Amino acid sequence: MTQLALVIDLNVCVGCHACVTSCKEWNTSGIAGPLADLMPYGSDPVGTFFNRVQTFEVGQFPDTQTVHFPKSCLHCEDPPCVPVCPTGASYKRAEDGIVLVDYDKCIGCKYCAWACPYGARELDEKQKVMKKCTLCVDRIYDTELPESDRKPACVMACPTSARIFGDIHDPDSEASKAIRERDGYALMPEWKTRPANHYLPRRTTECDPPTPSSSSPR
Amino acid sequence: MRPAYSVIFLTTLIGAGQGLFIALYAAQAGAALGFFPPAAQRFFVVGASACVALASLGLLASFFHLGRPERAWRAAAMWRTSWLSREVIALPVFMAAVTAWGTAHDRGWGGSLALGAFALAACLALFVCTAMIYAGVKFLQEWASPWTLPNFVLIGSASGFMLAVPLAAALAPPLASPAAAGAAALTLAALAARIASLRRNERVRAKSTPQSAIGMRGRIEQKSQGFTGGSFNTREFFHGASPATLRAVRRSFLLLGFVVPLVLVLIGARADSFILVALAAAVQYAGLVAERWYFLAQASHPQNLYYQCSS
Repeated sequence: MTQLALVIDLNVCVGCHACVTSCKEWNTSGIAGPLADLMPYGSDPVGTFFNRVQTFEVGQFPDTQTVHFPKSCLHCEDPPCVPVCPTGASYKRAEDGIVLVDYDKCIGCKYCAWACPYGARELDEKQKVMKKCTLCVDRIYDTELPESDRKPACVMACPTSARIFGDIHDPDSEASKAIRERDGYALMPEWKTRPANHYLPRRTTECDPPTPSSSSPR
Repeated sequence: MRPAYSVIFLTTLIGAGQGLFIALYAAQAGAALGFFPPAAQRFFVVGASACVALASLGLLASFFHLGRPERAWRAAAMWRTSWLSREVIALPVFMAAVTAWGTAHDRGWGGSLALGAFALAACLALFVCTAMIYAGVKFLQEWASPWTLPNFVLIGSASGFMLAVPLAAALAPPLASPAAAGAAALTLAALAARIASLRRNERVRAKSTPQSAIGMRGRIEQKSQGFTGGSFNTREFFHGASPATLRAVRRSFLLLGFVVPLVLVLIGARADSFILVALAAAVQYAGLVAERWYFLAQASHPQNLYYQCSS
């Protein structure tokens, strides 16, 4: 059985937010749209986003690192948001494991947002229904697009290739290999939601001391 | 969590309606068993109407919680998995059963004891559904407590019995003093259970930490949440009240929801004062609104670990 997911490489994410804006651009114009912004030019703008990049400082000075941390719906294999939905609007697709919201059935009761420990779901202030990352379900199967473009908009936009998209149940996929070979981990494993999205931990890069020949300009 | 007034009024109003029905049915069943003098049918008819009115007001309040209230009928669909869906079914069943029971009293039909037993089952099922909506979300650790269900049952029952006292004083005076005894005992039990749940929640240690939230070890300090304005995440999951306000609300609900009405109902019943027992019920309802606000606010959602700092 297929489980599509994103694997995010925290080594190379530079926190540029290109995935955030690309996601917003694609999804506000697609099946999930519009992703409403209220008072975009006011003093307290609010808006619906499927993907956010947050920044954390990790470690004790002087051994601190700045970690840019993109987060969207993790498409849990055991999603706590699905069984609590009273209408069945929130569901997990059997064929590819994507967790979706049927915007025509959602009553906007917000119970699924309470039931998601990751805060992945946002109520759209205009449409008054719950929205979240769809893994660009309206893009990844679009045969009108060249095959190389059938990836989520965030993956296409990432300038450092920090986002790997693939089937984590296929042991030969790039995503599965990355998780296996680079200790990919899931967020908040204590709740046993089995997130499909994984994160690749930071690695320490050893640099050889510069030698006269290698330090000279090429 | 940010307490939603729609949810506060839904749960407190239907709780009072359920408690009132339990009090009324106890009066009927107790009379049938010879414990109490039989009450006038009017007591049951007016009481049943009050139960249905309270439940209807609660139901009305619940619509204000929805983004798309016109689709509310869809919420009955997923009763196999969702406690919210089960509540959406149990509430109208309870209302219909109490209406039938009240009508049976009004028309003098037989079988009102059996109808009442069915309504009682629906009433208890509704308590379970409402409480499990909160107790069932395992990572909201303040809600996922063994005390949540007893609290909903005891608080709802206490407020319903408290309403039954002025009702009995007006329509079935011999029942006023047993109703007051029931209201006092239930209020005391509810207070004890609520204190136990407050104690338990003070000791709760959050399972999720900044370390488990981003999967790294050591000191973690958020520097940016990714945007400067607000979002659903920064509004829905934070109550925004100061610790001093929380403490004040807690003191108020312990006094107004439990201690003051307990004293008022005991004095009022002894003095045969309709005013005092009615005041006890009104004060308790106000206190229990504060109690529910505190219950909702006290839950700390793990998603807040991702929103420790804006900039």
